[in-house]
Parts: sequence; C-alpha cells; structure tokens
Amino acid sequence: MSAANDALVPAAADELSNFARARRRFLGNPAAVIGVLIVISIIAAAVLAPHIAPYPNHAGSFVDFRSRHQAPTLLHLLGTDNVGRDILSRVLFGYRVSLLLVIGVLGIAVPLGVVLGLLAGYFGGRVDTAIMWLTNVMLAVPPLVMALAIAAVLTPNLVNSMIAVTAVWWTWHCRLVYRVVKSVVAEDFVEAARVAGASHLHILFREILPNCTAAISVKTTLDAGFVILFGASLSFLGLGVQPPTPDLGTMVSAGAQFLPEKWWEAVMPGLAVLYAILGFNLLGDGLRDMLDVEI
Amino acid sequence: MTVSALLRRAFGFAFVLLGLSVVIFVVARIVPGDPARIALGPLATREQVAQLRQEMGFDRPAIVQYVDYIGGVLRGSFGKSLLTNRPVSSDIAQALPATLELVLFTLVLIGVLAVPLGVLAARWHNSWIDNSSRLVSLLGVVTPGFVVAILLQLFASHFHFFPLTGRLSPDLGFVPDITGLALVDSLLKGRLDAFGDALRHIFLPGLALSAAGIGQIMRITRSSMLDIARRDHVETLRSFGVPGRVITLKYMLRLASIAPLTILGLEFASLIGNAFIVEMVFAWPGIASYGLRAILSKDFNAVMAVVLVSGLFFVVANLLVDLAVALIDPRLRVGAGAGR
Repeated sequence: MSAANDALVPAAADELSNFARARRRFLGNPAAVIGVLIVISIIAAAVLAPHIAPYPNHAGSFVDFRSRHQAPTLLHLLGTDNVGRDILSRVLFGYRVSLLLVIGVLGIAVPLGVVLGLLAGYFGGRVDTAIMWLTNVMLAVPPLVMALAIAAVLTPNLVNSMIAVTAVWWTWHCRLVYRVVKSVVAEDFVEAARVAGASHLHILFREILPNCTAAISVKTTLDAGFVILFGASLSFLGLGVQPPTPDLGTMVSAGAQFLPEKWWEAVMPGLAVLYAILGFNLLGDGLRDMLDVEI
Repeated sequence: MTVSALLRRAFGFAFVLLGLSVVIFVVARIVPGDPARIALGPLATREQVAQLRQEMGFDRPAIVQYVDYIGGVLRGSFGKSLLTNRPVSSDIAQALPATLELVLFTLVLIGVLAVPLGVLAARWHNSWIDNSSRLVSLLGVVTPGFVVAILLQLFASHFHFFPLTGRLSPDLGFVPDITGLALVDSLLKGRLDAFGDALRHIFLPGLALSAAGIGQIMRITRSSMLDIARRDHVETLRSFGVPGRVITLKYMLRLASIAPLTILGLEFASLIGNAFIVEMVFAWPGIASYGLRAILSKDFNAVMAVVLVSGLFFVVANLLVDLAVALIDPRLRVGAGAGR
C-alpha cells in the first residue's frame, strides 16, 4: 500500500524524508527495538567474552569436580555443568561459535543464492530450469536431514558444519531473488537499459539487484537466528562443533543426560539459543515492516 | 486445478525425486572417497576394506553403481544396512509406521489448536485474544525444537502422568500389526487400555513436534481470515443478513484454509527435520531415530534410504495439499462453472 503511495509522492520529497519516515516506523515498533537490543547484546557477548565472562578459563577443557552440578547461585548465575564449569561463561563463549557459524554460512550462502537466483530469473530457459530444479531438489528433503547427511560424511568441526549448512541454505535466497527478478524483469527500466545497450552484467547487478536488496536484507536478518538454531541442532545431535569448544547445542545435549534433577545444564544453554533466535526474529520482522517487503 | 495440472505436478515431483537420488548418491558414495573405509573405521585391515568394497560393489564405476542402486530402489530394495545387518527396506518398513503416526498426530494437533485460535484471533483482532495468540505464535516460532522437547520432558518427569520415552508400554503385550499405527490398531482390536497408553506416549512428542507449526499456522489463518473478511462476497452475505457465525464458519473459513494448507505443505520438510530431534529426545522408535543412528555410524545405505523416504514423504504431502486445495477452492474446482 505505502509503496504505491511512495510512488505518487513527487521526487521533491527526497530520500532523506523517506529514510526518516522509515526510521520513525522502526523506532515506533517496540518489538523491533527490543530485537536490536538483544542482537547488540549477543554481539557484545561474543566479542567481549574473554573480558566479561566471570570465569574465562572455563571455556576450554577446565575441570573442577568439587563444584560440579551446582544449581544457579550468585557465584554461578546459570549454574555449573557436569565437570564444574560455569555455564554462563560457556554460553558467552558459545555465542562466538554461533556467530562465526552465522558469518561463515550467510557470507557464502547469501551471495551464492542471490547470484543463482538472478541468473535463473533473468536468463530464463534452460538456465532457469536447471537452477530451479536443483533448488527444488534440495528443498524436497528436510534441510536438517540433508545437512545431517552431509555432516555425516565429513569430520565434525566448525568449518564442516558451515559447509553442511551452507549447502542447504543458499536455496532459500535463490528462490526469493528468483521471485523478485521475475516480477521486475519485464519492467520498462530493464527494457530501457537493454535498448541503451547495457551489458547483461550491468542489467543484472545495477538494474535488477537493487530491487532485491530490501528483501535480501530482511531475509538475511531472519536467517541469522535460524542458522544459530540449525548449528545448535546439528551439534545437539552430535554432528557439529566438538567439545571442549563451547557450543550451545553440544551443551544442551550434554546437560540433557542429567535431566530432570540438574535441569539448568540443558535448559540454560537452550534458552540462550532461544534468546538469539528471538532477537534476530524481532529485528527481522521490524525491518520487514520498515522496508515494507514481502518475504 | 485440473486433472492434467495435477498430473504435471506429479511428474515434476518425480523429477525432483530423481534429482534427489543423484544428489544423495554423490554425497554418500562419492564425496567421502572410500565409503567402505569410512564404514569399517580406521582400525579395519586393508583386506577387510577390499572385501567390503567388492561385496557392496564400490569398486565399479560410479555411474554403474548409481544405475544399479536406482534399479534396486525402484524394486523396493535399498541394499543392506551395515549397522543392523538386515535389508534397509525391512528396517524402514519397521520404523515407518511409528513416524507416520507421530506426524499424523502432529498434523491433527496443529489443525485442532492452530486453526481455531487463528479464527478467534481474527474474529476479535487487536483484542487480548489476538495479542496473546500473537505471543504464543512468536514463542512457537523462536523456541528451538530441542528446548521444547526438553521442557516437556521436565514437565513429564514432574507429573508422572506422561511416559518419558517410547511408544507403548512393553508389559501391555500389544503389537500394532493391522495398520502399524498404535492408536488405530488398539481401537480396531477394542483394546482401550492400549489406546490410552499409546495416547499418553504420543502426546508429548506430538506436542513438541507441533510447536513451531502451531505458531506459523495460527498466524497465517489469522491474516487470511482478516483478508477474506474484507472481500465483496462476504460483504454481500452480511447485507443479506446471514448470521456472523455462519459467515465465519461456512463461507470464510473454507477460503481462509487455503493459505495455511499451502504453508503446511511447505512446512512439512521442517516437520520431518524436527522429528529427528523429537524422536531422539523421546526415544521414539521411528525412521528419524533410525536415520540418526545410521548417520552417526556412517551406515550410508541406510542414510540414503532415509533421505529418499523423507523426500518421498514431502512430495506426497505436497501433492495431497494440492489436491485438498483443488477440492476446497471453488475457483479451482475441477470443471468449475459447469454447475451454476
């Protein structure tokens, strides 16, 4: 609706006021602001982990059997695990692993999916058929199952988790960009560029891609939370980052052995994953309302 | 949707499954280099590896292996499992009903909980019902499957009403051997005790599996109902004095169920994916537990079979969704316009 209104506003109502309006819409949305705060807190936790963790040395293979299985107290806010490590410290370091995974996966999967989606949507024909067929094939299996199968072949570690998740993740961006490209490729400005003799490269990246950036950035923000979930699920099932590296999924599955008495050992790292997904989700939803895009 | 369009969809899906078989074949047989060495582990002697390679036919060209494999799959044979030492197909046949039952139960839960809540939220939108349902759906979407499962386990161990793991109590001596679905078979045999037992076993895993879907379907039912309430034909019904409840339940819900149904088809993949986590936590003896054990022990014949079967699940579910949408939506009804 408002996109149509924007088009009717004369060019004099310049970009600055557009931006100001978008910012007001974003700041007027309490959920989005909470999302920003959560995401900032997670990034801060990951970056500053060695400085703010109460027991930075507990991130590794530290062992203190005297203080194992301690319920949350002021000394250990989230309790301790089965070898006496402070769970809060390990959660803070665990966010480092999670964010590294996010950067690794989205850093490759998003450009890959975007380029493939652009090519399929713009060139059509056989390129379209081949790329979209591969996308449909990859999406016909539960992404978690495909990632598990790929992870099973590789040795479990952070880089291979990235590979397994990336191998399934590009498909969503490919599909998203494909849909946007299909909707703009017949527009006059693309035709105009073509008539003016612009190269395919110019049309793809200078004319069409800018129409996709809003949708891509919203999707990428929402994705960040789900990549964290995905990585945690892989390591929860035993196919991700291996101990002693602190990883949220591994911590949950290790703690689950001591349910129900030592509930905090599984629940606290699990809630840490929830917190991250919640933050990126609220932020992504806020961006979606602000940029007024459909995902 | 016409019959030919449905057939075209089915044909497209068959091609997708074919592609899936290629992808998973490449992943499981070609990427690892030597599947026999991986299956036997680093301690096996060179002779053992060579023998297994020959036994499984790994020494032949990849394309021959693939054609051979697909030929077997089409005849219903997935090779032998290295883990259980039985044909993979009989392992799958044994585990499939448990997963099928869990997934069907989950779909029923989603339908029974999410759709009415979505309708209520739309009927009184911006009321407290709407706001709390939005909160519930947000929580459903952002809570990881393993956290839901673990919280439900904690709940179960506190109240001692729901069993923590398994599918049926062994001392009941009940074997679901008619349809393979314990809930159905116990009713068919008139064993109410077994029905109650099966229901108590399936309830928590089903709830854990449905959490994400409930959130999503509720949200979509709500927005779809709100969208349809603004349509002209609803306005017309209202001006004719048709009671609001009749309009909502008879005319709007029907159209409004199309969007959630379509999403449900797409969400089916993540449902099966989450089943891997839920089945593991609740020790549910289904195909996902089997697949997970196969993956962890690098039993590639079983892994390939599980991936293909879950792909088949997804494809069939989406065809059924297409069919259901075609039946529901009067605009897509086969031979539409002939009647009135």
